[in-house]
Amino acid sequence: MPQAIAAVNDFVVKFANVNGSGSASANELFARSILRMGVPVSPRNIFPSNIQGLPTWYEVRVTEKGYLGRRGGVDMMVAMNPQTWGEDVREIEPGGYLFYDSTKPMPSSMFREDINVIGVPLTAVTNATYSDARQRQLFKNIIYVGALSVLLDIDPEEIKRLFGEQFKGKEKLLDSNVKALNLGRDWATQHLDVGAVKLKVRRADNVGKRIFVEGNNAAALGAVYGGATVCAWYPITPSSSLAEAFMAHCKRLRHDKATGKAKYAIVQAEDELASIGMVIGAAWNGARAFTSTSGPGISLMTEFIGLASFAEVPAVIVNVQRGGPSTGMPTRTQQSDLLSCAYASNGDTKHVLLFPEDPKECFDFTAEALDLADRLQTPVFVMTDLDIGMNHRLCHPFEWDDKRDLDRGKVMTAEELQAGKNFGRYLDVDGDGIPYRTYPGTHPTKGSYFTRGTTKDEYARYSEEGAVYVRNMERLQKKFMTAARIAPQPVRYSSPKATRHGVIYFGSTSPAMAEALDHLEEGGNHVNALRVRAFPFAQSVEDFIHEHDKVFIVEQNRDAQLRTMILSEFTLDARKLIPVLHYDGTPITARFIAADIAKKLAQLKVVPFEKAAS
Amino acid sequence: MTYIAKPKLHHPSLVKNKAGYTRRDYEGAVSTLCAGCGHDSISAAIIQACYELDILPHQVAKLSGIGCSSKAPTYFVGASHGFNTVHGRMPSVMTGANLANKDLIYMGVSGDGDSASIGLGQFAHVMRRGVNMTYIVMNNGVYGLTKGQFSATADKGSISKKGVANSDESIDMVSLAILMGATFVGRSFSGDKHQLVPLIKAAMAHKGAAFLDVISPCVAFNNHAGSTKSYDYVREHNEALNRIDFIEGREEITASYEPGTVTTVQQHDGSLLRLRKLGEEYDPSDKIAAMQRVQEGLAAGEVVTGLLYLDAAPKDLHSNLNTVDVPLNRLKTADLCPGSATLDRINAGLR
Repeated sequence: MPQAIAAVNDFVVKFANVNGSGSASANELFARSILRMGVPVSPRNIFPSNIQGLPTWYEVRVTEKGYLGRRGGVDMMVAMNPQTWGEDVREIEPGGYLFYDSTKPMPSSMFREDINVIGVPLTAVTNATYSDARQRQLFKNIIYVGALSVLLDIDPEEIKRLFGEQFKGKEKLLDSNVKALNLGRDWATQHLDVGAVKLKVRRADNVGKRIFVEGNNAAALGAVYGGATVCAWYPITPSSSLAEAFMAHCKRLRHDKATGKAKYAIVQAEDELASIGMVIGAAWNGARAFTSTSGPGISLMTEFIGLASFAEVPAVIVNVQRGGPSTGMPTRTQQSDLLSCAYASNGDTKHVLLFPEDPKECFDFTAEALDLADRLQTPVFVMTDLDIGMNHRLCHPFEWDDKRDLDRGKVMTAEELQAGKNFGRYLDVDGDGIPYRTYPGTHPTKGSYFTRGTTKDEYARYSEEGAVYVRNMERLQKKFMTAARIAPQPVRYSSPKATRHGVIYFGSTSPAMAEALDHLEEGGNHVNALRVRAFPFAQSVEDFIHEHDKVFIVEQNRDAQLRTMILSEFTLDARKLIPVLHYDGTPITARFIAADIAKKLAQLKVVPFEKAAS
Repeated sequence: MTYIAKPKLHHPSLVKNKAGYTRRDYEGAVSTLCAGCGHDSISAAIIQACYELDILPHQVAKLSGIGCSSKAPTYFVGASHGFNTVHGRMPSVMTGANLANKDLIYMGVSGDGDSASIGLGQFAHVMRRGVNMTYIVMNNGVYGLTKGQFSATADKGSISKKGVANSDESIDMVSLAILMGATFVGRSFSGDKHQLVPLIKAAMAHKGAAFLDVISPCVAFNNHAGSTKSYDYVREHNEALNRIDFIEGREEITASYEPGTVTTVQQHDGSLLRLRKLGEEYDPSDKIAAMQRVQEGLAAGEVVTGLLYLDAAPKDLHSNLNTVDVPLNRLKTADLCPGSATLDRINAGLR
């Protein structure tokens, strides 16, 4: 046997499966059972864009330290898909483990000499017990979880408890799953050298009160708590599960007890154009409304986003980003819609973007976006991505302050109009660029106006006069600056040692970045970090850049879109901002960030030739 | 139209309706459309209908897309909120507005370019969703704002002002509306206010998706020999299936027509439609027969007008979604936010 990787509570297991084989729930069971032992895990679905029969992967990072980003590399590959055998075997770290179905013996040429091979005749074991084809397929997955639980020391009682929760009231299903689990456990105990596998799970206490949830589910719950009553959407990966989760939450939480009637309306629109149109119509009429979509949906919504911005109508759009451009990589992750969202539509338009780092912030920011959209009377984007949206992530529990009232912004009531308060739809009364609005139907004779995408004066009257137009555009810019003050502010992490180098990052890069900072620190590379949480950028973003000689900007796109936006919003020397870019569609890893920054820092430290000679 | 600003003072002798408003209170800004534009006649009919229905002007929400017709909402019911949206996409905005507040009266105004070309998809879907609204297409078969191009409702073979013959099939909006599930479908002619006003009133009282296709000749670009949407052509080819009288439910019903010539249809809200048959026996509640009659008219080169199809007891979008009786935009934090105790339970279920 080659030298084996030995690690306790710190390794990566990757499952290679065939889409549609029912492996997803077994793999999640594996991850959850470790979590129940108090050891943080971070799983990721990696799947191509197809319906059935093609490859799919599930990567579980076991991480006692709580690093929730992707680490990079695989310590144990559970290779259940002959189609991807070659690439799966290649991916294993030297000294790592290959777990495979040995029902049909494989020639040694199919393995690598520097890895450890564990064969379990899964098909044979399964077929000996089950005759039904579907049962064979499903229970084979549970059997390998059983075998793995023996090899990795996962407490079978935790798995059984999970079965108990999953199949509550369905005793037959519970029993048959426990039976399959034990089949795998018994075979492994009897036939395998358990001690040869040196990846182990040990009970810990590092999970605490944290919850394990997908970002889309969290954002949907945020929309419920934020008071959204109208959701109009059109199915698109990876955002569909968000609207579906909103539907499920509303069914539980938003029905009038006496009448059974719904305190919400959800419409699956005919396309993205209609879904944003409905959101705008509902918000214009005083309801809180949102839609969820992904990049290509944003392309379609762009005309309407311009209207909402110029006519000053609130709208919340959750963009669960995927790989672009065009149809791009529908089931892969990126952060590549920043520019297309920030400046969506023709003319001089700028929009508010929020960048949540995890499901907790997906919840917070979606609720916050509904407040911000009402306060600013403008579209607000919540920029999540597939990595947060569709993967379970360990995060702090959701919190809500019961004293919090939904902030509807500047809405003039019938009483205020009656009292003679001056109403001009686009008058900047308070000097913050934000005017007052009225909801349709408010007052019999006062406060009505025409909403339009064409230019108008302070009293909403159509006007093409140059000075009037400029005044309006200046006010919109002032409103945008107000947004920079009231949107979530950046979060700063300071290096323990003084440094002239900084790093800026945002959104789903966060967990990998946290780990990368530790790695950099261990390697003697000190950097301060700033996590940007909103566009328009707070003044502290510019201040942070001025405080440092060089600032790395870490992004998951090719064109350094955040860097472009920073350069466009502030007056800066572009050479100070060094892009760190990862955009192959997989979530960025700590290894990548740390290595790239370390390499670039080393280049910066090279003494120029002339200087060295003198 | 007139370029002279209307005086703001009303003559004290102007007659007020039951809501306490004069007809002038339902007017809007001075029209900027061409003198003689059919759209202005339709605006006048809307003003008359709203006045006669005793509605509160501020309870109307008027929405439109882009084009000559979509400018029209500025010219009626000035005390209400209006929304000029984007080209062809008014239906989705109106759907959203209706979801937010079911209590307002929704008036959608569109044109044949707006609804039959770029907006055909949204037009179809707003009908099939049963949005409670009156949707009027001011149909002139031509693009006015861009000076005279054919629209998708221009008849095949009709001639443009520049002398070009239209080679594309035309889209018949009433057939489409019936097919898509509108529950009130009528067609009229901007020059026939006796037919148009009661049709608009009935459509506004209808508690579902009401559609009116109103042929409205463009005096500037489509009112010449060779056009099938000119005043002369429509007057010559108009076959009115019925003339309707609209009576609100609260009024006493008095029938004054000769037996055998009048059918009374009660709508869901109790209002009554009296259909005076001018053509052959025609039953607007028979969807299939309605489709057939409209198609026969098309084949014969007739503009069949009147109330073409009616489902007197429609279900609207809100009843399909089973929403609460209070408009969604009036729900408060306490109605909407489940609170921290519920959130703690949700958290506990996610471990």
